[in-house]
Amino acid sequence: METEKGSLVLSRQFEKVNAILEKYSHNVDNLIAILQEIQSEYRYLPEEILTYVATALQISPAQVYGVATFYAQFSLEPKGEHIIRVCDGTACHVKGSLQVLKAVRENLGLKEGESTTSDLMFTVETVACIGACALAPALMVDEEVYGQMDEEKVQQLVEHLLGEGEKVDAV
Amino acid sequence: MRFETREELEKYIAELKNKTGKKKVLVCGGLGCLAKGAQEVFDAFKEAIEREKIAAEVEKLEENPGLVKTGCMGLCEAGPLVRIEPEEILYLRVKPEDVEEIVEKTLKDGEVVERLVYQEEVDGKVQYWSHFKDVPFYRKQVKITLRNCGTIDPQNLNEYLARDGYLALARVISEKTPDEVIEEITKSGLRGRGGGGFPTGRKWQFARVVKADKKYVICNGDEGDPGAFMDRSVMEGDPHSVLEGMAIAGYAIGAQEGYIYVRAEYPLAVKHLRKAVEDAEKAGFLGDNILGSDFSFRIIVREGAGAFVCGEETALISSIEGKRGMPNPRPPYPAYRGLWGKPTIINNVETMVNVPVIMLRGADWFRSFGTTNSAGTKTFALAGKIRNTGLVEVPMGITLRDLIFDIGGGIQNDKKFKAVQIGGPSGGCLTERHLDLPIDYDSLSGAGAIMGSGGLVVLDEDTCIPEVARFFMNFTQNESCGKCVPCREGTKHMLGLLQKVVKGEANTSDLELLEETALVVRDASLCGLGKTAPNPVLTTLRYFRDEYLDHVVYKVCPAHVCQAMREYRIDPEKCRSCAKCARVCPVSCISGRPRVPYVIDQEKCTKCGACFEACPYDSITVEWRKKENE
Repeated sequence: METEKGSLVLSRQFEKVNAILEKYSHNVDNLIAILQEIQSEYRYLPEEILTYVATALQISPAQVYGVATFYAQFSLEPKGEHIIRVCDGTACHVKGSLQVLKAVRENLGLKEGESTTSDLMFTVETVACIGACALAPALMVDEEVYGQMDEEKVQQLVEHLLGEGEKVDAV
Repeated sequence: MRFETREELEKYIAELKNKTGKKKVLVCGGLGCLAKGAQEVFDAFKEAIEREKIAAEVEKLEENPGLVKTGCMGLCEAGPLVRIEPEEILYLRVKPEDVEEIVEKTLKDGEVVERLVYQEEVDGKVQYWSHFKDVPFYRKQVKITLRNCGTIDPQNLNEYLARDGYLALARVISEKTPDEVIEEITKSGLRGRGGGGFPTGRKWQFARVVKADKKYVICNGDEGDPGAFMDRSVMEGDPHSVLEGMAIAGYAIGAQEGYIYVRAEYPLAVKHLRKAVEDAEKAGFLGDNILGSDFSFRIIVREGAGAFVCGEETALISSIEGKRGMPNPRPPYPAYRGLWGKPTIINNVETMVNVPVIMLRGADWFRSFGTTNSAGTKTFALAGKIRNTGLVEVPMGITLRDLIFDIGGGIQNDKKFKAVQIGGPSGGCLTERHLDLPIDYDSLSGAGAIMGSGGLVVLDEDTCIPEVARFFMNFTQNESCGKCVPCREGTKHMLGLLQKVVKGEANTSDLELLEETALVVRDASLCGLGKTAPNPVLTTLRYFRDEYLDHVVYKVCPAHVCQAMREYRIDPEKCRSCAKCARVCPVSCISGRPRVPYVIDQEKCTKCGACFEACPYDSITVEWRKKENE
């Protein structure tokens, strides 16, 4: 009786995962796309779901874990609601992206080694290039690009994101 | 509608062409312009044009002008860009407030709003260039790959058709055998634009002759080079050209299925490509029995998940198969055994986009651009310390000087040119004496750089060369997949050595070790990533050895970038011996006694700057260390 109840809870919990697996017809060739959709649903890849996906696709958990850890896009830890990607491509780098990164982290109060704020609102990452080289140094807040950043503009942007300041022009 | 025959398509294109020729307002919807407020400009035009239509007395407007949001027009620096057709007037830095004036003057009366056009000082006189082809940035450009980018609405199939879209595919299917297609591409001299420069026709020929039940065409849109955005612009601004090129490739090698692998960081490109695939399927340019023939071809858009190594063709194949994106030894080449073990050709976005126009206008026409061994054009993303950052396309064989100084407008803030980094982390740094080098595959590799995908980052006197080399090595070390030892370990060691250089901890034997390691990694790595990763190190060691020696021997950073080359000193006149600096110093390198000025031990100082922040009397100064003989 209890196991039945347990499996019911489990199947409810994995309902969304099942829908995603269904959409990709349980085809292991689509593993990356499956994980991408799971991540956009949960904002990260919870361990028990990775195991579940492995079982459902009849592959080893190692194979799923291997893919999940190979690609930069996947995260095994919860990410913030908003993701701030500071571009550290060549063009941005020579125009001072490291100062921008430092300013973002300081304004959000991130300590060394932390990338997500404790309230799970923001995750700060660097990205190799967002292709906005003409706007260097640039960063992305979710899908919005902000260019020609400096310390002052970062401060305004973070204030705005925290709901305190006014909207910041993209450039 | 669905096109069943080539004649139907030709008739439809002719009708579309009849309809055009009226006024058109093109607003650049490229990333640079959008970030600078192009959407607001677009909305203002929409509002103004709709209102003018209602007010019947001002019907001087010939007809309602078409308003189009295009892909990247190239001159990102001066965005938002607006072009008025058919006069081809280019307006720069357009704000929503300017829209009224453009509508009143240019659209109604055909006048030019002078203050918004490109201005150039010629012999002390200001010259206004209203026609976009007169603007220095565009003067030497030849647009083949970017023929539609910045001119059409990428999400509207009719706009593409009006510029002979899918006509090449229709002609190929109805007139040519696959062998004839390959012959034409071979004759055109088209070489892979992803960086390697392998002849495209030959690659297709290999896949053509292999017998297999299934074959695949892959378009590599995994533009991972930091500092490059050409493929992004093409996929966003002209997605149908990519699809048409792939379909022709599919016909030539006998494939039924194609994949476009796009970087995860390019959500807009994915969106535009998916919409284009859907529209092309509805119109009968993709899917079963294309244009009534027995040729069927499908295209699937796949998103990458963030791995630079997936730009390497065998790694890309693994990634499409849903595996870790790790490369495999070649041979077998993908043309024999590729995706799911079947013959596969992989071409870069730019290569694919060249295919339809070659089939339409002929190999000889294509060969009329560029040089004997490098036919056609190449797109470049100009970035870094250059005045006109943006997207350009030039005939092969043009010199770096023309590209950087004429088209790119020279260096920002009148600084001095120092180097140009061409080909991203796989490429090399070239110097002033290479400026007259023609840009083609062979000249560049002769100088130790590569054509690469087309990222071109200009560095000025304020850029520290060893720091840039460290930056690239940090990137490749991060992106090394770890499969082969030379790349996995070698890049890590090179990075460690470069870190020592910029921290002022290296000695001359470290430089020798760096060079030696670089050569081993280059010669022994499995895939392109490792083979080319040492290029930035090797070229900078070759052309900027003095700057390395400055860091290593004199512990000086001439560009004033490397923090470790600074010196913190306490001005004995100003110091009040409060000991605040000594208390915050994390390495306890500041000593002193009451009423005696404090002193920083330069040997121990880590240049963290904590004392500088803590001093209440501004008695601590920071200076860049100079060479002793200076």
